Amino acid sequence: MTAELHEELTDPHAEQLDHGGASSQPLKSRISEPQPRGAKIRGNRPVDQSEAANRFMAATEHEAMHDARLWDLRQKRDKEMHGIEEWEELRDLASGIKEHTLSKLDYYLELFEKNATANGIKVHWAKDGAEHNAIVLEILRSKGVELLIKSKSMLTEECGFREFMAHNNVEVIETDLGERIQQLDDEAPSHVVVPAVHKLRTDVASVFAKTIGSDPDNADARYLTECQREATRPLILSAQAGMTGGNFVVAETGTFVVCTNEGNADLSANTPPLHIASIGIEKLIPGLNELPVFIRLLSRSALGSPITQYTSHFRGPREGGEMHVVLVDNGRSERLGMEKFWPGLKCIRCGACMNTCPVFRRSGGLSYGATYAGPIGLIIDPTFNVHKYRNLPYSSTMNGSCTNVCPVKINIHEQIADWRKTLAGEGEISPVKKVMMKAAGEVLASPMVYRASLPLGRSALRHLPHFMLYNKLNTWGRKRDVPETPKQTFNEWYRKNRKSQVEGEKS
Amino acid sequence: MSGSREAILGAIRKNHVQGERPRPVVPLFDQAVPADLRALFQKSLERMGGKMLTPDAADPMAPVRQAFVKPGPVVSCVSEFQGDMQITPQTKPTDIAPVEYAILRAAFGVAETGSLCFTEKQLLVNTTGFLPQHLVILLDPAQIVYNLHNAYQRPEWTQAHYVVFQSGPSATADIEGVLVHGAQGVRSLSVLFHPAS
Repeated sequence: MTAELHEELTDPHAEQLDHGGASSQPLKSRISEPQPRGAKIRGNRPVDQSEAANRFMAATEHEAMHDARLWDLRQKRDKEMHGIEEWEELRDLASGIKEHTLSKLDYYLELFEKNATANGIKVHWAKDGAEHNAIVLEILRSKGVELLIKSKSMLTEECGFREFMAHNNVEVIETDLGERIQQLDDEAPSHVVVPAVHKLRTDVASVFAKTIGSDPDNADARYLTECQREATRPLILSAQAGMTGGNFVVAETGTFVVCTNEGNADLSANTPPLHIASIGIEKLIPGLNELPVFIRLLSRSALGSPITQYTSHFRGPREGGEMHVVLVDNGRSERLGMEKFWPGLKCIRCGACMNTCPVFRRSGGLSYGATYAGPIGLIIDPTFNVHKYRNLPYSSTMNGSCTNVCPVKINIHEQIADWRKTLAGEGEISPVKKVMMKAAGEVLASPMVYRASLPLGRSALRHLPHFMLYNKLNTWGRKRDVPETPKQTFNEWYRKNRKSQVEGEKS
Repeated sequence: MSGSREAILGAIRKNHVQGERPRPVVPLFDQAVPADLRALFQKSLERMGGKMLTPDAADPMAPVRQAFVKPGPVVSCVSEFQGDMQITPQTKPTDIAPVEYAILRAAFGVAETGSLCFTEKQLLVNTTGFLPQHLVILLDPAQIVYNLHNAYQRPEWTQAHYVVFQSGPSATADIEGVLVHGAQGVRSLSVLFHPAS
């Protein structure tokens, strides 16, 4: 696949711009290195995120590229934020709108259903992933669909949709480039916005060489993108149905909104005669006055671009076409009743918390072994399976950066702390942590013992050989240096310098 | 599956977030609107990877013709320009696939983001916005709104079944952050200011 490529491909002046998720600084991996794979999934056993993270960090080129790329997105987000005077007001509004909608979710869902139905959309309700898949299969079978083109949707990842369809003889083609790379590599997306961000260009070249016949020695990003375009286009033209997700659902107009940079949702929705949209019930917002708040925040938070290249609004089927919306619960209504964790339902899946998180940037999204990775994953995944994901809330430095960048003001780091408490309360805590917590608990419970322990620890930190601090048991030593230890504790310093002074003033 | 509908709504009612959470009033954030929105629109469009064509008073459609640098069928959805291909009620979405250039008129533009709005009324067949290799778009400068809040006050949202903002061409940076135009949709998008007749 080299001959008939479009000439843009070889344009030497094609440059790095700052929209559509492009990087503002040229990044390029220097070496080829085997791609580290994600967490090992062993049935319902707790996922060991740190084991997978270690393998990712050991692949130094992957780790460095991943870290640099996501930090670049975070910096571009900051630049956009500073360009909008009302940024903080927009965040307050977004949070308030989501909280209002979630407090009347039954009303807004019924309102959407009524308006969408009036415009000719067929609305379905699915309590879980299995029911969602069954509903979609029934629609596809009724139309004899064998080839389905699809744009990216985290919800269908939750539902195990592609595996289900593969077992039922429906070929599903992902049309988002990153998602397609992941599909062809039989790997889950590692990030909600940039699904293949953990891969180097050489990894993509090797996947495409094996699957769509590209030149294995050509790892040029433009060449690889073009190969994918040429390979996918005939499938888009011959598919009998298209599927999208939905970023926002406007109850008062019966509209659902899909945001993409590639235009693949518009192609998936507008080319075949049948369009099915799978949408989580938490995506509702009241009306059109509220929608721009989210459109203004989404891409700026996600990629540092003012808007996605395509923002598409569907309010009814086109002439001669058919449109279905499947509203999916899959644990959301239950989460609504969790006193501490319901605000996670405000999430608009921008990925800003991932881009800013030092743990995520260095360990890769697949290390979490769950549909949602990074800070938002830490607080959502345990609601799906508390035992399997019990270790995830510990994959955080608690620096609070996730909360600071969240466009809908979810108190992510506070919820991480709350999950740690909840998990301990439910006995969902690993044996090693249990022993360490018990010892720490005894020391922290007594001020006398605590104070006595500090100079010992300080002295130990100063004199312990390097290998004692940076070993396998101390996960905090990895990729980090301990700051220089002070010669005295604050208490010692205070007693020496201030206490006598304060007491002197009193007398 | 009506059982699931009732089960979901029932679970929501049982688990509802406690406390009064009033619906916020969203301002339009348009106190400082520049008198001429064209400059802001152009800046935003170029930022998103779109191109502005230079108007030609003597021959208004000359810039459109000059934008055709590659051979291939041209489809026109505007009355000002005659294309090679006619769109009729029988035209299927996939019939647009061989098109190199499509000429469209935007319903309106958004200065804040350089966005162009289309509905099925402008697209004639919805795929004219996505399957051609390149788009050349006419925009009436009088139809530019300042920001997205103003944009959502327009009438199109309750008139059309399909409304899309295109802000520059199709783009991806999914491989090592390298920007490539034409990931799936159009490879380039050019805009000409041209008042509606």
